[in-house]
Amino acid sequence: MLAWTIYVSFLGALAARLAPSKQAARVLALLAALAGLALSLVALAHWQSGQFVSVVDVPWIPQLGIDYHLAADGISLTLLLLTGIAATAGILFSWNIEHRTQEFFAFFLVLIGGVYGVFLSFDLFLLFVFYEIAIIPKYFLIAIWGSVPRGATGENAGAQREYAAMKLALYSFAGSALVLAGMVAAWTVSGGQTLSLEGLSQYAFPAHFQMWAFPMVFVGFAVLAGMWPFHTWAPTGHAAAPTAASMLLAGVVMKLGAYGCLRVAMMLFPAGLDPWGFHVLGFGSWRDVFAVLALIGIVYGASVALVQRDFKFVIGYSSVSHMGFVLLGLMTLTQIGLDGAVLQMFSHGVIAGLLFAVVGRMVYDRTHTRQLSELSPMQLAHVIPFAAVTFILAGMASIGMPGFSGFVAEFQVLVGTWRALPWMVAIAGVGILVGIAFTWRALTTVFFGEAPAAGAGHTEHPLPPITLPEKLGSLLLLAATLIVGLYPRILTDLIVPSLNSPLFEGLRKGVWR
Amino acid sequence: MSIVRYSELLRLTWPEIAVTVAALLLLAFDLTVLRRSTLKVRLRAGMAVACAGCLAAMFLLNHAAQQASLPDSMLVITPLTHVVQIALLALAIFTLLLSASTRFTGHVGEYLALILFATVAMMFLVATENLLLIFVALEFLSVSLYILTGFDKQSRQSAEAALKYFLFGGMSAGFLLFGMSLVYGLSGSIELPRIAAALSGPGLDPLLVVAIVMVAIGFGFKVAAAPFHLWAPDAYQGAPTVSAGFIASSSKVASFFIFAQVVVLALPAAEGRGGFRNYSPGWVPVLVIVAALSMVLGNLAAIAQTSLRRLLAYSAIGHAGYMLLGIIAHSPRGLSALIYYVITYALAALGAFGVLGTLESEGIDHIQDLAGLYRRAPGLAVCLLIFLLSLAGIPPLAGFFGKFYIFSAALAAEPHLGLLWLVLLAVAMSAVSLYYYLRVLKAAWVADAAQERPALRIAPITRVTLWLLAGLVVLLGCMPSVLLNLLGPW
Repeated sequence: MLAWTIYVSFLGALAARLAPSKQAARVLALLAALAGLALSLVALAHWQSGQFVSVVDVPWIPQLGIDYHLAADGISLTLLLLTGIAATAGILFSWNIEHRTQEFFAFFLVLIGGVYGVFLSFDLFLLFVFYEIAIIPKYFLIAIWGSVPRGATGENAGAQREYAAMKLALYSFAGSALVLAGMVAAWTVSGGQTLSLEGLSQYAFPAHFQMWAFPMVFVGFAVLAGMWPFHTWAPTGHAAAPTAASMLLAGVVMKLGAYGCLRVAMMLFPAGLDPWGFHVLGFGSWRDVFAVLALIGIVYGASVALVQRDFKFVIGYSSVSHMGFVLLGLMTLTQIGLDGAVLQMFSHGVIAGLLFAVVGRMVYDRTHTRQLSELSPMQLAHVIPFAAVTFILAGMASIGMPGFSGFVAEFQVLVGTWRALPWMVAIAGVGILVGIAFTWRALTTVFFGEAPAAGAGHTEHPLPPITLPEKLGSLLLLAATLIVGLYPRILTDLIVPSLNSPLFEGLRKGVWR
Repeated sequence: MSIVRYSELLRLTWPEIAVTVAALLLLAFDLTVLRRSTLKVRLRAGMAVACAGCLAAMFLLNHAAQQASLPDSMLVITPLTHVVQIALLALAIFTLLLSASTRFTGHVGEYLALILFATVAMMFLVATENLLLIFVALEFLSVSLYILTGFDKQSRQSAEAALKYFLFGGMSAGFLLFGMSLVYGLSGSIELPRIAAALSGPGLDPLLVVAIVMVAIGFGFKVAAAPFHLWAPDAYQGAPTVSAGFIASSSKVASFFIFAQVVVLALPAAEGRGGFRNYSPGWVPVLVIVAALSMVLGNLAAIAQTSLRRLLAYSAIGHAGYMLLGIIAHSPRGLSALIYYVITYALAALGAFGVLGTLESEGIDHIQDLAGLYRRAPGLAVCLLIFLLSLAGIPPLAGFFGKFYIFSAALAAEPHLGLLWLVLLAVAMSAVSLYYYLRVLKAAWVADAAQERPALRIAPITRVTLWLLAGLVVLLGCMPSVLLNLLGPW
């Protein structure tokens, strides 16, 4: 039944494209997204701990041992749920799209379908197919409907959008090229009989092969997860994308990368994490290298966010920082760290969605500026209090206040790090502090700015009020982060047994604690 | 020399005969009955006759023996050649259908007949294992293509393209013939399997190395691989669109197939190694160099193009590089991958040229002229999207599986992972290629035209053909096993 999340999205895309009117396209798209969310929720309700559900498994290209194998374990289900939430919220927040509406929702739903597909695929080839299906719609979503900073108009605006879109597409495609090479190599080395993830995870790849295949595939996926120094597509892409697309990019697409790192690179090539047996500049294994890169991402992303003048870039860089926690969690190789990493994928997906919704939809679409200095005199907290409250809550979730999902996730990552790589905790802590600083700065500047000099610069048009779809979308996302924050077992009970499943046996055998 | 039984010859060449008869009938009709008719009627009637001939040939092929041969390997029919011949006929039909809106010439009978003659030449080319017949068929094909290139008599560019194509082609034929004569001198035979038997001894004759290089140059020209590609951009740009599409699709399929047959069947012992560390002389290292050059040069040069046709030409050079990987793999899987790749490539390339043809009749040639296409002709924009993304290798389109299959075949070649560096290069270059394909799609899908232009008028027959091609590209991408089942027992 979970397979219908994919089909419903693709069918929804077709329906939205052929819809007779804009309103019909919106409603159809919303229905498709809701159906996906409902399907994941039903699956969640029926889930038994540690279950592995095979949805479809039929031979697809028997000549090469490729199966059409859709299945889900707890990790997949967590991310499916996230996709459902983000898709629904995304459509609610793009209710005001008037330009080529039908096509917008068609591309949007193709992207969603691809994402569902990646999370459900248990055949490496199939996973890759869905992974690439997601690239092209991203390009068009940004290039056609993207937003641009103030001052850029006409030609220049188009050029900026297209630059960001092309950069994102090329980064993604370059990353997936690495993955493709690794995939073909894995297929060859394992005898060319199967590409099933279950089958390959049981196959003992030679250690020297894993030693180069692991970093190749890991980096290939980590590009999309925004790993420093391959993160530069993320802020420009997020900032140039239309609101719903930034929500999806930060919320879900970056998770594709992180999911691939875990599901493919780490699950299939666990020996790639073993020590090299020698040290270069203090690095003794790929694990050290990637952990340090993740750490740099955390601190660097937060620090750069602190000095941005553009509201959307603040959030864009904060994504880099938060995704650093995911990668750091993966590199701890502890159960609690990995659990935290997966939880952080979910949590960041929801929170980033919320933040981008406030920035892109609630603020930018009304004020038509993203410059912090221009937003400051507008006294937005009085004008659109709903946006201010949402941003405060989202900001609290983002900096890891207890009670929100961000806390549970980042705390687990830090505990895992403490056990595995103790000295890194201090630096990650600095990252968190800077995170608090930039969130505070953005909040105070945008919503509680200096009152303008009397009479001058008062907005001549009152801003349009917050619409119902926006409220619904915000409530959905807020509810998700609060529920998981207050009762994290709802997800950890899914994730932990999956990490202990036979699929990850190779990983647990290594330096696991 | 053994005796040829003419009844046998007749029985085995029925499909080729059908196409030839269709071509002759078409010429005769055009000269007699249709003499006073309008261009449109002549075109339609000619097309009908030609397509009927191709369909009859396909039907005959379907019912002919799957495994047969004539003495001296003059004609060797295997299930594989069947598949390739059917693909060639299908491509010919699509080409004929796309020429429905041809306006540039009054000599429609000759034009359509030439397409059929070239198809006959290709059908013979793929079904023979005799060096002499290979050369004759190849020259027959080339001459037909030279004429097709220069068919637009009003256009200087067309004449220039034909002359360039002809001069380079003639020279490369010389190289090929020289190489073949050396092979004959060394082995004393012109049959591919016997050559292999005669040359199976240990060690590599220096003369054979010369022969290999000559043959590689000759075929490298035919498949437009760098550094023998210089004719391609000009020929693609100057030739009438349908001719260019035909050169890019059908002739690629046939040339690649016979190229693979020659080196694999005749020179299996002289393969050598193309690995990064374990290098040894033979045809594999020669082709490795050609492949690497084509991939890099074709893809990088395509970035700088502003003319759609030249862009497609350079991308074709890049694709020739990927396809060579299938030959380099030197395995049954490699051959199967090569055929899959080249057929799906041909479908997408022909489709892209079909779209171009429609656009050019509206005066659109440069990338920026495409602006607003999504509004002026939404269907055409979707077709263009499918064809170009298939060429770029985006799933679920056929081009993606082709790439995956050919890369995996290359890596699985003995020694395992020996060609990893080349595959990595190929993968990197295919990432580069996405850039220029996306640039075209950006113009068609993202940009709005400076001023509102009317919707494009597209002939219904062209529309149907393009959708058929697009459908095939999607189908072969989603269900590659349809074609794979025919290409080899796995």
